[in-house]
Amino acid sequence: MTAEAGTELPTQTFTVTRADLVAYAAASGDHNPIHQDEEVARSVGLPGVIAHGMYTLALAARAADTWAGAPGRVVELGAKFTKPVVVPAGDDGVEVVVAGVVKKVDDGLTTVGMTVTCGDDKVLGMPTAVLRG
Amino acid sequence: MVDSSLAGRTFPPTAPHDVTADHVRAFADATGTPWTEGDPAPPTYPIVVAFAAMQELMHDPEVGIELRNVIHGEQRFAYQRPVAAGDVLTATLTVDSLRQIGGADIIGTTSAVADADGALVCTAKATLVHTAGTA
Repeated sequence: MTAEAGTELPTQTFTVTRADLVAYAAASGDHNPIHQDEEVARSVGLPGVIAHGMYTLALAARAADTWAGAPGRVVELGAKFTKPVVVPAGDDGVEVVVAGVVKKVDDGLTTVGMTVTCGDDKVLGMPTAVLRG
Repeated sequence: MVDSSLAGRTFPPTAPHDVTADHVRAFADATGTPWTEGDPAPPTYPIVVAFAAMQELMHDPEVGIELRNVIHGEQRFAYQRPVAAGDVLTATLTVDSLRQIGGADIIGTTSAVADADGALVCTAKATLVHTAGTA
């Protein structure tokens, strides 16, 4: 990618449904019931079924791949999981929005600071990706 | 609470995980990530083996914590190269740090994800927050 520090990258919006979480649990091996079962989620103090933190990070990675222009160019990726993404039952699900700003370009590596939101909440803390090329 | 002797411990490598095209496609599809055979796996794919390593930590007789009482606090990846179908991956987890704050165990881990030749593919750092559950 060719972008200077300060460049705002195209914001991307993704929808998450409970069916996605079931598919993700099967593919990732993370069968924690708080990501599928309303009753269990509430029993541990959550407002409802929440997305795997790694699901949300995967959406950030998906945005990063798009900004990079091709898969396989992410050399670093990370975030804190600060707020849960509560996923309601039904096909409509919930939207997760990934925005990005170029923080630094150095030696062929582009550091992107992201803002990942669900409704009014920032759901990831300091999500960052470093992209090659 | 988790015993403080856990800090510094390195667990045995996880069982080898065959990265198949079908599995990469399923992982990508679950997050709506476009994927065509021959593409590298999505960036978060190594969590599959890193998570297996975290489960072995949780199920260890000396640790014994329930997944439902664990919150994933933070995750970072640093990649030596992308993962591709055909790779055979293992993860070797080390507990970097253990703190106890407000009744919760804050467990810092690093999993070294390696290929069949033993070459490092990526480093996956996870912070796990364990709270005594009510469930």
